[in-house]
Amino acid sequence: MNYKLILSTVLKVIKIEAVLMLLPLITALIYKEDCFYSFLITMVVAFTIAHVVQKFIKPGEFYFYAKDGLITVSLTWIAVSLVGAVPFVLSGEIPSFIDAFFETVSGFTTTGASILNDVESMSKGTLMWRSFSHFIGGMGVLVFIMAITRKTTDRPIHILRAEMPGPIVSKLVPRSKDTAKILYLIYMGLTSILVVLLLFGGMDLFESLTHAFGAAGTGGFGIKNNSIAGYSPYIQWVLAIGMLVFGINFNLFYLILLKKIGVIFKSSELRTYVLIVISAVALITFNIYPLYNNFSSAIRSATFQTSSIMTTTGYATADFNAWPNLSKIILFTLMFIGGCAGSTAGGLKVSRIVIALKKIKAELKKLLYPNTVSVVKLDGEKIDEGVTSGVSTYMSIYFICFVILTVLISFNGLSFETTVSSVSACFNNIGPGFDLVGPTSNYSVYNGFSKIVLSIAMLLGRLEIYPLLLLLMPTTWKKK
Amino acid sequence: MKVIISGCGKIGTAILQSLIKEEHDIVVIDTSANVIETISNRFDVITLCGNGASYDVLVEAGAKSADLFISVTPSDEYNMLACFVAKKLGVRNTVARIRNSEYNNSGFDYIENELGISVSVNPEFLTAKKLFDVLSLPSATSVENFLASDMEMIEVVVKDDSKIENLPLYELRKKIPRKFLVCLVEREGKVHIPNGNFIIKAGDKVGLFASKTDANEILKYFGYNKKRIKSIMIVGASKIAFYLSKLLIGAKSSVKIIDIDEQKCLEFSEKLDKATIVHGNGMSQELLIEEGVLSTDALVTLTGKDEQNVLMSIFANNKNVPKTITKVNREEILKLSNELGLDTVVSPKQLVADLIVSYARALESSKNSKIETLYSLFGGMAEACEFKILSNFKTTNVPLKDLNISKRVLIAGIIRNGETIIPCGEDVFRIGDKVIVITAEEPVYDLSEIIG
Repeated sequence: MNYKLILSTVLKVIKIEAVLMLLPLITALIYKEDCFYSFLITMVVAFTIAHVVQKFIKPGEFYFYAKDGLITVSLTWIAVSLVGAVPFVLSGEIPSFIDAFFETVSGFTTTGASILNDVESMSKGTLMWRSFSHFIGGMGVLVFIMAITRKTTDRPIHILRAEMPGPIVSKLVPRSKDTAKILYLIYMGLTSILVVLLLFGGMDLFESLTHAFGAAGTGGFGIKNNSIAGYSPYIQWVLAIGMLVFGINFNLFYLILLKKIGVIFKSSELRTYVLIVISAVALITFNIYPLYNNFSSAIRSATFQTSSIMTTTGYATADFNAWPNLSKIILFTLMFIGGCAGSTAGGLKVSRIVIALKKIKAELKKLLYPNTVSVVKLDGEKIDEGVTSGVSTYMSIYFICFVILTVLISFNGLSFETTVSSVSACFNNIGPGFDLVGPTSNYSVYNGFSKIVLSIAMLLGRLEIYPLLLLLMPTTWKKK
Repeated sequence: MKVIISGCGKIGTAILQSLIKEEHDIVVIDTSANVIETISNRFDVITLCGNGASYDVLVEAGAKSADLFISVTPSDEYNMLACFVAKKLGVRNTVARIRNSEYNNSGFDYIENELGISVSVNPEFLTAKKLFDVLSLPSATSVENFLASDMEMIEVVVKDDSKIENLPLYELRKKIPRKFLVCLVEREGKVHIPNGNFIIKAGDKVGLFASKTDANEILKYFGYNKKRIKSIMIVGASKIAFYLSKLLIGAKSSVKIIDIDEQKCLEFSEKLDKATIVHGNGMSQELLIEEGVLSTDALVTLTGKDEQNVLMSIFANNKNVPKTITKVNREEILKLSNELGLDTVVSPKQLVADLIVSYARALESSKNSKIETLYSLFGGMAEACEFKILSNFKTTNVPLKDLNISKRVLIAGIIRNGETIIPCGEDVFRIGDKVIVITAEEPVYDLSEIIG
């Protein structure tokens, strides 16, 4: 493995992270808050150390294979979270480092699970950093580096694959760097539109930025204790639709820009995504209507919560903890499905579900007529055997991880619903779960060990398991 | 520039590897899913699995807005068809590999025009031509002919007992009363552009810019006193061997070709009247000696297996055959050629890749100067470019000593009215001149970029 190149990439990312801290720094400056200094110290120290160490390691060789890509990505995410947690501790707003780490991981992985009891008492700078981390983590830290820096490796595809979610990563244009640029431009463009729409709804710039970041990265950190519930119906609708948009594969937006609108109707992933959302909204509206006795607020709540959970954002306008069981189970199921591949959402991804179902259908057919030969196709194109078996393997690993994480969390002794839903909410990068970790409460009920396990769960979910798993395998680190 | 490459075998991959260094946007098409997977893991390109001559595949690859389409699949007919479709779709320039000598005849211009093929490459003929150049100047490890002039770039290793060892270059110029220039020196695996105070040592590989007629005379000072090569033994009755034999027979040399396949031997003896064809295994040293390798002037190994070629050449070197040329396709072996003590090594795929890169550069060149040809020197570590100065060029008629010319390049020659000038400080650029620029570091894309 090319340790030098991996390390120097990680250091480069830390330097960029320090630069990105300018945004909360400026926010703190505008609102004249003390956390200004904690950001300033973190920036200067992190940048200097990373810069000095980088001077000492010169990556001699530029070879870079799949495993190097995976290791780089997992190390980067851990490093970024460790550095990102420092300002929280320094400013004293989250005194415990484990809590701060949990909060930062939750930010970068776009989970939005918080340990804060009173969000409204936090300084504006800190809140901005929390929300901004969603934005950075949403499209990926290394993809960002790839878009803005000169050539990092000869084979950037391995980084793109390791960081972009979904079973198949396809490039938009031949060069990875340009692909990364296009993705980020679309991402920033859509976010700006959302910011403007929110400003129209009467939010001030700070509010609209933080909420747009949260929705764009499908993160879900709010700045109010009751999340979005206090905002106007207009804002709730804008965010509900906004989140759904960020749960769509970004490649499709590029095709729209190229005026190839036809492709959108052909995408079976998008069709399935829309179908799931519509049916979930319909069922939940019907189910919760008695609670509201008002069709417009029932459908608004149902749409918002469906969109928020399905895209793994985690904003809330209603305490769905108090909803009937059917609605809760639907939301719980949506947690696992998640958004489309190539979006900022978490979960298993719709395309994996589609491929798995098609594979199941083919296998069943084979049981009925043992001599049939059938090929699994997606959008009219044959799916490689490697991809379908990759999907099955991923799903197995996914559920094994889920079970192990649940067992580990259950040591904490909280209720069944709390334990299972908190693991699901963290592993799928959603945020709020049910019962004690429902939308009106938070993760401060857990002990330090559980918080670390849940942080790992969030990273596993965001990076789609393999990179982190590879990091933990002893064979990865053997010399020969 | 947007480039589409159809067919990613040995040649296609070599072209891809060279073009990717030039930062082009490349789409690769191949029919084999395995090839496509390897390529997408190794290179930063978009890959497409399918038939490169099919309309739909070409549209998907973006042929409508592509600048260059290169079809290098094994089949000539397929390449021609692919270029035809691509051209009709709107690709501006097309390159096809066409190997069959039955197409490469007098009517070929007609085919090229009608099908819209901008350039056709025949790697085997290209290689044969290169081998022929090297054989005409056996002392050199490599010879590059500059198309526009009578000059050539000769790569030669300085011998232990040469008369010029430990001399600085300015002394050397006084000592040898001919028109020449030492452009490049390779020492310890690195290539430099030397200045006048540079001292040449034995074992250095130098790049000499000299006229064809003076070459042999100059090489004497470097310790070489070789006769013209008259008898050549070729192992492997390949297409390259065929073209090379034709060229050599045309130059009145005697040619002996050895091949293990009887059918091929019969074919060759039918087509090449004046050559001696031997049916036998060239790997057998006994056979080589029996057929007279010890008295031949040169051995050229052209079988399809790199390892066999290398072994035969090493054997011939040990038996003091004056000149050996080895055909090698795999990069790993190319890099080892020095350690293996091989004399001249040629790689057909690299020759094609160089040709295409120079073509692509010429397409891209700016308004004030135009790259005419590009030559890859010292195994790709250095380059020579031939620029044509167009009317927009700013600093014409200014003495070179007044121009702030970048230190990383060397202006080896100015070709004016068919005459080559090796420039000194007083010379000037004029519109219509062709300028030969040598560089050992970053490639030069535009002549004005080296004048700061």
